[in-house]
Amino acid sequence: MNDLPMLNYDVVVIGGGPAGMAAAVRAKELGLKVLLLDDNDYLGGILPQCIHPGFGLHYFKEELTGPEFAARFAKRLVELGVDYRTAARVLEIKNYSDLEKVVVFSSPSGAYQVWTKTIIYAAGARERHAFEIGIVGDRGAGIYTAGEAQTLMDIYGVMLGKEIVIVGSGDVGLIMARRFALEGAKVKAVIELMPYPGGLARNIMILRDFDIPLYLSHKVVEVRGKERVERVKIVKVDENLREIPGTEFWIEADTLIISAGLVPSVKLLTAIGVEIDPTTGGPVVNDLFETSVPGIFAAGNSVIINDLVDYVAEQGELAAEGAKLFIDNEGIPTRRWIKLEKGENVRLLVPHYLSGERDVWIYARVSKPMENVEVRFPEIGKKLRLPVVKPAEMLRMKLRKEEIAKARDGITMEVVPL
Amino acid sequence: MKKTYRFTCIVCPLGCALEVEVENGKIGEIKGYTCPRGKEWAIEEVTNPKRVVMSVIKVRNGALPTVSVKTAEPVPKEKIPELMEFLSKLEVEAPVEISQVIAEWEGVKIVATRGA
Repeated sequence: MNDLPMLNYDVVVIGGGPAGMAAAVRAKELGLKVLLLDDNDYLGGILPQCIHPGFGLHYFKEELTGPEFAARFAKRLVELGVDYRTAARVLEIKNYSDLEKVVVFSSPSGAYQVWTKTIIYAAGARERHAFEIGIVGDRGAGIYTAGEAQTLMDIYGVMLGKEIVIVGSGDVGLIMARRFALEGAKVKAVIELMPYPGGLARNIMILRDFDIPLYLSHKVVEVRGKERVERVKIVKVDENLREIPGTEFWIEADTLIISAGLVPSVKLLTAIGVEIDPTTGGPVVNDLFETSVPGIFAAGNSVIINDLVDYVAEQGELAAEGAKLFIDNEGIPTRRWIKLEKGENVRLLVPHYLSGERDVWIYARVSKPMENVEVRFPEIGKKLRLPVVKPAEMLRMKLRKEEIAKARDGITMEVVPL
Repeated sequence: MKKTYRFTCIVCPLGCALEVEVENGKIGEIKGYTCPRGKEWAIEEVTNPKRVVMSVIKVRNGALPTVSVKTAEPVPKEKIPELMEFLSKLEVEAPVEISQVIAEWEGVKIVATRGA
């Protein structure tokens, strides 16, 4: 490995989606020498295939499609002269010391090793597939994840089927339901395990627009069809998500789309011992999105699954600011860290540690929907009223440094009914 | 004949549960909204629902085989299948710039949202 051509940078950004591009742009603006690596043939991550509107309302104050959002960042990246490589696959990260790290990657022009002071890991997430959600049966053609279907239809222009069943009512599943319906396919059902829909309100509208039946508290358990999917078996579940015997029925379909949630991609991080939060599936991070390995930062869906790209870009920029601070001070010069703890009806929460030296956006998801609630941080006496909270909609709220400074040990976040 | 429409407001993330009564083509009582924008949207949604439409069309000699497009403004919901039929027949030659107007359909511009 030592004879590989050697490159030298202040920060290597892994991943060219919205988190990675935002991180690379910000790092360059802060005067750092940046290299961005992405394994796809083009920049943007999944954005170029997300052709629907709804991106950038917070960040650009206007509504863009995914490719348009990506193009704005890609343009800025090129204007600033950020070094980037596409079709570049990162093989390994090595952590020699706080300011000496190596990223090994392969690319069409060969393999390289990059010595770098910091790394921003923004590799996004992967989709959960049929086997992970307990679907058994035949393995005929016609089973895709929602993201695969999106790549095939909206990048490569391939129509995948005529009669569609979608597993999961999250945003990607609903958006693909609309794509199939618009292209003339019959979307026969959206099957949701939970008793409430998983997507944003504006995407639930899609079901009404196209008269698509939504089965709440149901699951797909079996798929049949030797050559190609022919029918899928569905069963009702009780409040503990246990199948109710005698409620089985079949729907005829030639295509099954799995939209069962995303899981942060963290393989390269776990290989070097970065601590992972089992609830988010992403790394444990502080208020600069630094992981438990000093100088390795993370951002976007590889940390926590976001529902708005705007938050992903925001996290990328913050990680870049972290990298700059780290390089200037040979580490993050913080005296004490305050742990942010999950209380009642909080399922996910980042960042995990707060310095109290800066204001911080916290991102959280609730476990169950509730109306008329108060979000409380009892240790610092902060309270916020909200008319409604839903698991599908991430809560983002600011804690000011003066507020954080009031905490002696930890700060708990809880969402309680009024 | 009286008909009650029930849907979720999508103007902002609150997602209010709206109810609009329509009697003989006239809007009656509107319930569930918490702001004037929501009320306005509810009326439009039952009288003349519109959507921005997005799709992909074929592109020759581009880096990818398709280019993504959207309508420059929302179009009436009932005309969407007709528009999709129109889009399915379009084919353009690369290069295509992002924001380029690719075609026009009933006065509505079809705009490229990716380069190709």
